[in-house]
Amino acid sequence: MNPRLVIAREGIDLMHEGHFKRELRGIYAVWWREFKIFQREKSRVVASVVQPLLWLFLFGSGVGASFSVGGVNYRDYIYPGILSMSVLFGSVFFGLYIIWDRKIDVLKAVLVAPVSRVSIFFGKVLGGCTDIIIQVLILFAFSFLFPAVNLWGIPLALGILLITAIAMVSLGLAIGSLFESLEGFQLVATFVVFPLFFLSGALFPVDERLPIWLQGAVKLNPLTYTVDGVRYALLGLNNFPLYVDIGIIVVFALLMIIMGSILFSRMK
Amino acid sequence: MAIIETRALAKSYGKIQAVRGIDLSIEKGEIFGLLGPNGAGKTTTIGMLCTILRPSSGSASIAGYDIVNKPAEVRRNVGIVFQDLTLDTILTGIENLELHARLYGIPSVIRKARIEEMLDLVDLKDRAHDITRTYSGGMRRRLELVRGLLHRPAVLFLDEPTLGLDPQTRARIWDYIKKMAENEGITVVLTTHYMEEAEQVCDRVGIIDYGRIIALGTPEELKDSLGGYMVVMRVNDPPLDTLRGLPYVSGVALNGGMVEITMKEAHLHLPDLLSRIRNVESVETRAPTLNDVFIKLTGRDIREEYTEDTGGWVESAARYRQRGN
Repeated sequence: MNPRLVIAREGIDLMHEGHFKRELRGIYAVWWREFKIFQREKSRVVASVVQPLLWLFLFGSGVGASFSVGGVNYRDYIYPGILSMSVLFGSVFFGLYIIWDRKIDVLKAVLVAPVSRVSIFFGKVLGGCTDIIIQVLILFAFSFLFPAVNLWGIPLALGILLITAIAMVSLGLAIGSLFESLEGFQLVATFVVFPLFFLSGALFPVDERLPIWLQGAVKLNPLTYTVDGVRYALLGLNNFPLYVDIGIIVVFALLMIIMGSILFSRMK
Repeated sequence: MAIIETRALAKSYGKIQAVRGIDLSIEKGEIFGLLGPNGAGKTTTIGMLCTILRPSSGSASIAGYDIVNKPAEVRRNVGIVFQDLTLDTILTGIENLELHARLYGIPSVIRKARIEEMLDLVDLKDRAHDITRTYSGGMRRRLELVRGLLHRPAVLFLDEPTLGLDPQTRARIWDYIKKMAENEGITVVLTTHYMEEAEQVCDRVGIIDYGRIIALGTPEELKDSLGGYMVVMRVNDPPLDTLRGLPYVSGVALNGGMVEITMKEAHLHLPDLLSRIRNVESVETRAPTLNDVFIKLTGRDIREEYTEDTGGWVESAARYRQRGN
């Protein structure tokens, strides 16, 4: 059959296609694009996996030679923290990448498609989470090198990290929607990403030995609860009950999704 | 009913009125050119028609759908090629088209055939699997043209489709545009400041200046409205008043060191004209162009505007170069 005739007929059908189906397809299209790019930029994946391994084996082993926490070798102790760190960095920077997309006008053609902004936002979030989860799975593959880690806790840890990834990609997209120049990148790294990391208890236990001001700051940091939850899942150590960890992360993720989709929709 | 209808369509940004009320009616199958200098409101007008910008007042419809109330339907019915290149340069040619097909919901059963047909149309089949970062400027443009066509829009908008390209590539792009319009039977609305090119491609043009359409018609109609032929002379101290008083002269303008005279039946009156001027160094006669129409209507030369005014396109050209890296 002549494809042109088919297309003409389909064209009419498409006009009556449901709203919901159209948006789902838009989300899938954006996700598809992100995944293609993920597959293509292998160097990015390698860097994002090697960096946490350097933390674990160079920093962790070094400090672990003289320290342990709660009966766990320091290198093993920070494994959950470094997993959380790689999710934090990967997610926020993935989101912030839209500043670059906008600069080179890649987004323009996507934004005029008959798909709502909110769906494009969700497509991006899903794309980012896919990248991050693949990176986390690669890091989990190394968990047999950490004797203290309980491998049965991996599914729970993965779930907590996925919710965190959703939250942090949304946060990155939200901030990225506000910036028009790449200088924003550096600012966000310095004033958002690094404080979230250092104040999360990724590298030290969150208990009464910390100075009061630091305790307060750590408890306000949503990433603290990710680290705590993952540490509970993998090492059985925790400062807060699991339901508190999960509850706070879920609420934080919802807030970030709402904020991100609003800011992304208003983006010029 | 016309495929595009606008009624007093206007857009202002704060106190600045970018578009001051445009009434247009464009028929199905037309190639319509929106011509005008930088900042005249061309891109803003197209932005509103594509539902990227919300009009401040007035209304417009495309294929019967109101641009404000039915944006999703309008978006499905229009294709757009932006002034700046918007390809995903990390993706291959075919992947760029696939992304577009998915965003527009072209069913997978026909996606492949349609993409091949489009790549064939602009002779990009053998480069389809290369990453578009490696494409030349002309190739990127061609890919963008068919990307805009992929979902069979009723109307294709082209905003300065030949900007930043060398003359040879520009000529090829216009050939492709004509071929596409014929093959697909769609309506094309384009903006350009290359008047000569618009003349050759467009069935009808609207000249836009300061947010208003100041002339509308076929290129021939607009040129005929000037009243005859152009005689361009290099003269020392031209007797302008005498020239203006001649019955067969319809316009006299100074352009650089040249005197441009618009006159009827140049072949009959030229000897008489020359007998009244001393010190003629050179004479040339030519048919009027759309650029002459523009000068007559606005008192300015569109080409000068584009070389003097830094404005949007120098910036676009710079970004364009940046992207080549």
